[in-house]
Amino acid sequence: MANHDNIALMAHLMRRAGFGASRDELEARAAKGYEATVEELLNPESQPPVDPYELLRYQPAALLPGGQPPMGNVNYMYYLVTTKRPLEEKMALFWHHVFATGNSKVDNYDQLLEQIEIFRNNGMGNYRDLLLKMARNPTMIFWLDNNQNHGSAVNENWGRELLELFSLGAGNYTETDVREASRAFTGWTFETKIPRLPYGRFPWKFEYRPEDHDDGVKEFLGHRGHLNGEDIIDIVVQQPACARFICRHLYNFFVADEPQVPAWSLEPPRDPEALDAMAKTLRESNYEIRPVLRMLFNSDFFKNARNKHLKSPAEVVVGTLRLVGGYDIPKPGYGELSMQPSYMGQDLLNPPSVEGWHTGSEWINSGSLMARINFVAEQLGNQSLPGVRAIIERLKAKGTLAPDQLVSECLDLLGPVEVRPETRTELTDQAKQWGQLSWDSNPNAQTAAKRATEMMQLIVATREYQFA
Amino acid sequence: MATAQKDPVLVVLQLTGGNDYLNTVIPYNNPLYQDNRKAVGIPEGQILAFDNEYGFPSYLAPLKKIWDENKLAIMHGVGYLDSPRSHFRSMDIWHTCEADKVGTEGWLGRVIREFDPKKENVVTAVSFGPCLFRALAVPGVPVACVAGSLERYGFLPNIQEPTQRQQVLERFSRMYQPIEGSGVMEYLGTTGLDSLKGADILKVAPARYKSDVKYPNTSIASKLRGIAQVHLAGLGSRIFYCDHGSFDSHAGQNPLHAKLWTDVSEGLDAFMTDLRQHDAAENVIVLMFSEFGRRVRDNGSGTDHGAAGATFVLGDRVKGGHYGEYPSLAAERLVQGDLNPSMDFRGIYSTILDKWLKIDPVAIVNGTYEQPAFLH
Repeated sequence: MANHDNIALMAHLMRRAGFGASRDELEARAAKGYEATVEELLNPESQPPVDPYELLRYQPAALLPGGQPPMGNVNYMYYLVTTKRPLEEKMALFWHHVFATGNSKVDNYDQLLEQIEIFRNNGMGNYRDLLLKMARNPTMIFWLDNNQNHGSAVNENWGRELLELFSLGAGNYTETDVREASRAFTGWTFETKIPRLPYGRFPWKFEYRPEDHDDGVKEFLGHRGHLNGEDIIDIVVQQPACARFICRHLYNFFVADEPQVPAWSLEPPRDPEALDAMAKTLRESNYEIRPVLRMLFNSDFFKNARNKHLKSPAEVVVGTLRLVGGYDIPKPGYGELSMQPSYMGQDLLNPPSVEGWHTGSEWINSGSLMARINFVAEQLGNQSLPGVRAIIERLKAKGTLAPDQLVSECLDLLGPVEVRPETRTELTDQAKQWGQLSWDSNPNAQTAAKRATEMMQLIVATREYQFA
Repeated sequence: MATAQKDPVLVVLQLTGGNDYLNTVIPYNNPLYQDNRKAVGIPEGQILAFDNEYGFPSYLAPLKKIWDENKLAIMHGVGYLDSPRSHFRSMDIWHTCEADKVGTEGWLGRVIREFDPKKENVVTAVSFGPCLFRALAVPGVPVACVAGSLERYGFLPNIQEPTQRQQVLERFSRMYQPIEGSGVMEYLGTTGLDSLKGADILKVAPARYKSDVKYPNTSIASKLRGIAQVHLAGLGSRIFYCDHGSFDSHAGQNPLHAKLWTDVSEGLDAFMTDLRQHDAAENVIVLMFSEFGRRVRDNGSGTDHGAAGATFVLGDRVKGGHYGEYPSLAAERLVQGDLNPSMDFRGIYSTILDKWLKIDPVAIVNGTYEQPAFLH
């Protein structure tokens, strides 16, 4: 039988490497062992992928949703909520944070979902290959205007963000490097977009136009030659700054909140040793992401980073929906559910800019705090949901609950959640108002269940619960 | 509180999605209008003319009434240079007044900070919409965000039993006491307590409210009714924000546009009537904007994203009439098929800031802009 510490550690792993897990799942995984679970997460092929035809059956409009919310959001939310490959999906979200591409300009969720699919399929593979895929991704090309980057007229948008936000970080290249990188990507475009009316949308396809490519000599980060885009990417990944930059992204996403990306050239990392170790692993594996993740999840710095990460809205919503259950097929109301992260400040598939979302405490304002608390509380207050019933059944199995027991058990089943002593006192005082809860008659059991859901609502309203 | 109620109040109604300027303020005698609007043009019989040049479609009748009272200002050709034609980017520009970079502070957030630097009144600004609009967002500036109905506004609305509710919210308040020097936990504490306090103050509004005015059963009308309730409760709120949409009429435009504007104009009519019946309209103006106008030539059933649009300000202290010039529809004057903006939206904000809210507009809108004189 798994002990409490193992469950707590497994819960931490599943919150970070996935979107949380039910107590049944945590127990099963803890019985298998921590490292075995990390391996299973790293090798998702052992679990079936999400079946898009299931989505199509219930929600045909979510398959090629066009430019308007919420059907694009429904599609993405369905994957997030139902996946049996949590790390694969979490990595897709990670890359979506990094290669932040938005519907605000793309105006085409079909293309954005296709980009997410690239992240899903390659997110734990080779970073250099992924970067090349992004350079050839029509959605990215359009988002950063590389279709307007011509041999005769250079547009630096993609060239600059490639270096500043996707690989090296500010301070690790010159303006000349931006210019030369941009020249190398001239002619990297996509087939002419066909107007959507009256034919409907056509998928975009990458196209290389040699006649629009500037084949002249370029000098980029100390290399000279008739460099093309792929050469630029090969040179970029040789830079020590590249491995550190990507690993800082991974650290910020999986371990503990770092300052916002633009501050990285100014503020030192939270844990330089951890970052060094991660960057070394990434370089030694020739930029394979999987070995870095393996090293990260098995490290002490990860295991000791409990509650050092403020949950993103996606983590709040998806984690809650997976916990309470009942959302494994699209049903009425799914559209509104899928918009919930946007109400909390994270409009999935539509980050505010190429810089991505500002994370950590910047998720919180007076509107978003109430939105996140009320959303989670509403779900956990709904006793018709299977996950909520499962929690109540577990409480019931404990028999009569004294006030401090009710608090302990609820904190345990919702996480375990660790709270400050002051918070704990308030929760216990509230439970004392209700007195001992028993399940020995129908009315008593109904009251006990109601009180239990109220206690859970109070717990999810705490500050501590906003962290993972 | 009685004096607070007479402080000037701004209500912003955001028409989300890009309202079609040409079909809202229709240049119905311009042959180019008929030429460009083969599919979605409004026939002359359905136009409420202001004069022999312009008119509203008939579904704006309640707004036409306000126009006839000379209390509706129409600002023409509103926009800014290099309109990006993206909903979200355009909306950002309207919200932050930053046209060239991504702004971090909302213009109204700055106004709230000016009004109440010590955060003495956490309901100085009240927003009715699904989330905090960027126009209101400045870190550390509290805004009460009413996402659903005002009656159920607050933390943990599921817990409704009065004693339970009171107890639970008191616990919440104690659990959120700021912990000095604790960084994020302290920030969370302040934010939580501000929101809690806001909810506590606002809950008196529906209880105090008595009115004979029937608002239509639409989402925008219920938001406007919420605004009326808070305004009439005299809680010192100065900025209200609400939204309606989506006006993004790429296809099937005419029935969609008609429904949206019927809802907005009937809602506004009820709102103004309500305020007037309570003798509380004098100190309120309503600013109504959309992030952009739409393409001049229709696409066969709707219109695509455009540039210049119309912005409206209405209220008893507003000098009704046309301001600025309707941009030319002539093909050679269009920019990528769109009306070329002739008035910067920051000028309209500047008038409101300078002449209505009485604060220096320059730091709020990031510059000096010509101010259309639409206020008495």
